[in-house]
Amino acid sequence: MKRFIYALGLTMACFSSAQASIDTYEFSTQAERDRYRVLVEELRCPKCQNQNIADSDAPIAMDMRDEIFKKLEEGESNEQIVGYLVDRYGDFVRYKPPVNNRTLILWYGPAAFLAFGFLMVAVIVIRRRRSVRAELAEQQLSSEEKTRLSDILKQYK
Amino acid sequence: MSKMRLLAVFGVLFGVASFAGMALFGINNDPSELPSALIGKPFPEFTTRSLDDPNVQITRADLLGRPALVNVWATWCVSCKVEHPVLNDLAKQGVVIHGINYKDNNPDAQRWLRDFLNPYQLNISDPKGTLGFDLGVYGAPETFMIDKKGIIRHKFVGVVDKRVWREKLAPIYQELLDE
Repeated sequence: MKRFIYALGLTMACFSSAQASIDTYEFSTQAERDRYRVLVEELRCPKCQNQNIADSDAPIAMDMRDEIFKKLEEGESNEQIVGYLVDRYGDFVRYKPPVNNRTLILWYGPAAFLAFGFLMVAVIVIRRRRSVRAELAEQQLSSEEKTRLSDILKQYK
Repeated sequence: MSKMRLLAVFGVLFGVASFAGMALFGINNDPSELPSALIGKPFPEFTTRSLDDPNVQITRADLLGRPALVNVWATWCVSCKVEHPVLNDLAKQGVVIHGINYKDNNPDAQRWLRDFLNPYQLNISDPKGTLGFDLGVYGAPETFMIDKKGIIRHKFVGVVDKRVWREKLAPIYQELLDE
């Protein structure tokens, strides 16, 4: 039992810091709280650009958290809320940008480069293997040479 | 095999060239400057009090009729002070500039305009930053350019100095005037 309480205490200590930006809001349901959590982690702060709005102390991130809370309480869907922010701040605020013509390279570029890399390696390996095999074939004795070799060997027996 | 080698050399050269291109692009491109999501869209609807006189209301309709600069500023914003004399000069030249006093308090802002002169034709007060939020403002100073129909045509983030005006904003303003 004592162990269990320790474990519980430690677990709670782990979560206390992660929920720092949640505590100022009183959510009516747990589901809303969870959705808030997801949204503030997926949205990017326009001022301090390598932070999501959950982590950022910038005033604009605070405003965005306020808006998200208000809109959650008003019963808007996640898409509506993200759309509301994207209308004002652009796709930039999404850490998961939508797939469209402008973001194709972003989404599929790395995979394409990787595939290209593998292709190059494969081509190089196959070519090298082929040339090694050809060399080996050259080194091997023809049947004429073999009979000559066995004749020579016989002489010394 | 030599064909292969030629291909590899070209590949490496291409890689180096594209890297250099990207680096150049990166140097000339300030990543803290975001493209506005509102270019080509109408200036958002708003109703706020005037900074000069709390009894006077300002709405979107007051912005219509002529191209203008809409400058987002605040007394807490250090670079706004650098920008202010430039705006005064532009106002003297006849450029239409409106001000949005962003997340500020009125007495401080009024004192600022008394001390450093007022380049703004309309003084929109946005103490909570709600209009700023609708505009996608994430810091001050920011300057929007609107045409006579109230469509946002350009946004500049940062200090409008003489060079920025001459090289970037003045041509756009002239274009809007000529429309």
